[in-house]
Amino acid sequence: MRIPCPYCGLRDSHEFTYLGDATVKRPDPAAPNALDTFSDYVYLRDNPAGAHRDLWYHASGCRSWVVLERDTRNHAIGGATLAREVTP
Amino acid sequence: MRYSALSLFANALMGQKGWKPAWRDAAPKPAYDVIIVGGGGHGLATAYYLAKEHGIRNVAVLEKGWIGSGNAGRNTTIIRSNYLLPGNEPFYEWSMKLWEGLEQDVNYNSMVSQRGVLNLCHSDAQRDAYARRANAMRINGADSELLDQDGVRAMYPHLLDFDNARFPIKGGLLQKRGGTARHDAVVWGYARAADKLGVDIVQNCEVNGFIRDASGAVVGVETTRGPIRAGKVGLAVAGSTSRLTCKLDMRLPIESHVLQAFVSEGLKPLIDGVITFGAGHFYVSQSDKGGLVFGGDIDGYNSYAQRGNLPVVEDVAESAMALMPSIGRVRMLRSWGGIMDMSMDGTPIIDKTHIPGFYLNTGWCYGGFKATPASGWCFAWTIAKDVAHARNALMRLDRFRTGHIIDEKGVGPQPNLH
Repeated sequence: MRIPCPYCGLRDSHEFTYLGDATVKRPDPAAPNALDTFSDYVYLRDNPAGAHRDLWYHASGCRSWVVLERDTRNHAIGGATLAREVTP
Repeated sequence: MRYSALSLFANALMGQKGWKPAWRDAAPKPAYDVIIVGGGGHGLATAYYLAKEHGIRNVAVLEKGWIGSGNAGRNTTIIRSNYLLPGNEPFYEWSMKLWEGLEQDVNYNSMVSQRGVLNLCHSDAQRDAYARRANAMRINGADSELLDQDGVRAMYPHLLDFDNARFPIKGGLLQKRGGTARHDAVVWGYARAADKLGVDIVQNCEVNGFIRDASGAVVGVETTRGPIRAGKVGLAVAGSTSRLTCKLDMRLPIESHVLQAFVSEGLKPLIDGVITFGAGHFYVSQSDKGGLVFGGDIDGYNSYAQRGNLPVVEDVAESAMALMPSIGRVRMLRSWGGIMDMSMDGTPIIDKTHIPGFYLNTGWCYGGFKATPASGWCFAWTIAKDVAHARNALMRLDRFRTGHIIDEKGVGPQPNLH
């Protein structure tokens, strides 16, 4: 599998470290239901068979965090964006 | 027909014409007391123990392909109970005890071979960790032996690279009762034994939804062969768990990852036990056909593809060469991938859920095969009695919320590191 790093171009996935689902959002720690929202945030995942947005770290390259659009059924890659450019 | 030396002999004389199919290929009935989704080892074992231990025989096992076509047929067949933590070790030791009696229990040769599992250590710190683990195993009734380098040399005098410059072999943790079993024969044995007790095994029947009543309880499943109603529905579908629970709006502490395994060309007897490398992730045994069966890490990213990528192949091959350079000229014959239900703490979940009538067996990471008998036994207990047995009492679904996680490796909520 090769990952189209927005900065470095098409690179072997070996150069990257995987974190996981890029769609989970850190909740508000001051909210009254923070216990529930934080345990959901830390532990629960959609884990879809199909379109997935992954967070990868280009450790052996530009050291950027990359959000990758990937199909978990066949590893087909739709596109990649620098994580800092993804609007939350 | 009961299998025995006599039945074998009699059929040899009759030209092998007396054998019958080992189980019925059942068509689904409109309703059952219990439906188990997933015809792998865990699902079939669950159905068997429901019938045998709890007298619940109006049971169907629904399988989307053929039985044993998922991870039950894609593993490296290792059985062991060398865990550390209280939530794990009693469960896996119970599994080991069930393995030891399995063939007599189900009257099927599952080729359980207690050839010993040897975990190598390469540093003082690792030996200390193994000493602790060995003690934890003994506290829970398992066998364990701590070997020094001479002890390992006596077992494998010519195979291993003892004086490797980076990772010299200092000793090992040996569980002699561990070993391997024939993965398909485990599936077939449970299928035959469950079928004999009245369980319907329905193949080519994919579950694609759930039937719920007005209160929200699960009262059946929608399948490619029509709706089937049930008093209780248990899920034992490993890496496909989230695909089904999303239909109940349940999000789980599970990620599905691909794990590869490999077989070499057939060799003369070389490795008579199971060996694991302590300085990398690599485990190897030799099948009765002579092929080396080995594996390593998961690929490390969410996947349902049942095939992996080359970096892990390279990594596994490097580990193999670091441990036993003599297999460098051996050719790899086959590799394959299975979809692992990686949980957030590396430990499985056997529990009822907040939805009445719906039970969950998942999160096996890549250690599900050895757990097959105890998983079925505990899941059957949980379904039949609506409460967990002491052996799976800590494998709760809500442990992530309450903080009672069972993190054997201590790496935190990062499924690809377990």
